[in-house]
Amino acid sequence: MTTFLGSQVFIGIIYLVASALFILALKWMNAPPTARRGILAGEIGMVLAIGGTILQLGVEGKLEHISIDYTWIFIALGIGTAIGVPLGLVQMTAVPQRTALSHAFGAFCVTLVGTSEYYLGGSSIPPFKMSVLCLEVILGGLTVTGSLMAAGKLQEVLPQRPITFKGQNLFNLTMLAVSIVIAVYLVLHPGTPHLFPIMVGIALMFGIMLVIPIGGADMPTVISLLNSYAGLSAAAMGFVLNNKLLIIAGALDGSSGFILSVIMSKAMNRSFTNVVFGAFGQVAASAAGAQEARPVKSASPEEAAGILAAASKVVIVPGYGMAVAQAQHKVRELYDALTKRGVDVRFAIHPVAGRMPGHMNVLLAEADVPYDRLMEMDDINGDFPQTDVSLIIGANDVTNPAAKTDQSSPIYGMPVLDVEKSHTVMVIKRSMNPGFAGIDNPLYYMDQTLMLFGDAKAFVSNIVKELTHS
Amino acid sequence: MGNALIDGLFVFMLAGFIGFEVIKRISPLLHTPLMSITNALDAIAVVGAIVLVGRHESKLSFILGILAVIAATSNIVGGFLITDRMVKMFKSSRPTKS
Repeated sequence: MTTFLGSQVFIGIIYLVASALFILALKWMNAPPTARRGILAGEIGMVLAIGGTILQLGVEGKLEHISIDYTWIFIALGIGTAIGVPLGLVQMTAVPQRTALSHAFGAFCVTLVGTSEYYLGGSSIPPFKMSVLCLEVILGGLTVTGSLMAAGKLQEVLPQRPITFKGQNLFNLTMLAVSIVIAVYLVLHPGTPHLFPIMVGIALMFGIMLVIPIGGADMPTVISLLNSYAGLSAAAMGFVLNNKLLIIAGALDGSSGFILSVIMSKAMNRSFTNVVFGAFGQVAASAAGAQEARPVKSASPEEAAGILAAASKVVIVPGYGMAVAQAQHKVRELYDALTKRGVDVRFAIHPVAGRMPGHMNVLLAEADVPYDRLMEMDDINGDFPQTDVSLIIGANDVTNPAAKTDQSSPIYGMPVLDVEKSHTVMVIKRSMNPGFAGIDNPLYYMDQTLMLFGDAKAFVSNIVKELTHS
Repeated sequence: MGNALIDGLFVFMLAGFIGFEVIKRISPLLHTPLMSITNALDAIAVVGAIVLVGRHESKLSFILGILAVIAATSNIVGGFLITDRMVKMFKSSRPTKS
């Protein structure tokens, strides 16, 4: 008994240290100079916790005279590592779908453990444990399929357009209600194992239905939201297993996802419920109908290069289009060429530019753009009137002045970058197609705007050629 | 059980507040790596799955446990790896500032 208590204290202390390291890991993630230390702290905490758990398992096995299956533990750890390494080495442009996929994996683990705990405990599970267990598998289940859907849309194996139908919200809410009713019934009568898979099945269905109506532009919010759910389901699992380290890790992940979703929905001027239950696609479709052919001015790479070379302050506004065209390295060359000529070049990063929080920052950092050149929206918006040229690369809605003036616009009220206040605006765009969200951008018809038609990568590369040869 | 529940809720509440305060301070520059590192940390759920596999109490819990360990481990390894790759890329134009 003393060894048992001793080992309980031992594992308790290990988990305590790991919890502290996890918190430090996030604390050090606050800025680039300390971020790598944060990763190291997280890794040490993780190794301690896993090692401690395996040792503890050995002690328990001896005391309870059961043999512990180490072989399969290490085989599973090995297979997981073999899958994890390629997932850690994906291209930076694939990071949004990779992130969505890992939300699915995390939630998958939680759901499986919850399911096992239910079938091991059977009818003797006390009500509180049963209610968190239901919470765990419902949140876990919907995160698994929701994240897989999101990953599929981001990888473009699934249609990116929002799919909506009449009565969708009612249908979804009914599904959620049914799963909650089953959960309550299971709490009161844990000995009804045939209901458990139905509850999990509905949660899995709900996850699919939740992400079906969501379009690409809403992905940053949805990914953050799924991140939060994954964390909360892990915290619920911590309650089920009475494991405080898990509760802490889950709470940290949950609050991180929650904060990010709030930032993202604020940056789109939309409430949570609006993102999750709103049929953004329908509104956008009707707005796209009211289109007329208005004259635009366009320019060639040579002209664009001339204007940029003559400028003293340039702001580049990157968007998802830059990621799609893989233009970030060419953009860096442009940055270098202009900086060499003494032009002050900065980047304006809208919080929802791209497909996940911080997407543009990572792509530009990958291309070696110094991070102190990357400005947040609120820090740079006041500088646009003093900016000679704003160069927009693959961004649309986040520069749309209609968000400030046109109350009928679907994005009215969304905070945008005030690019129209700069002396010249140049927009690199494939064509005048209203693009993914289908919202027309009045910026393109303004007097100071020049449209640069073409592929972002090729066009920027041509500008760079002009700048370096002349 | 009652005590464990209250203890757990206290821990959850405190960790939630700490998370809120700590994460609020994280620069938007690093929001993508933040998401990948929290993902890796969240995969600490692997400890629950390891116990399931090790104890081998039923065929179902054993098999689900193995799958769960694989899923979580791939998140741990992949999550830390990609976070490190991303964070390494962030360089300042000023030589070194501390």
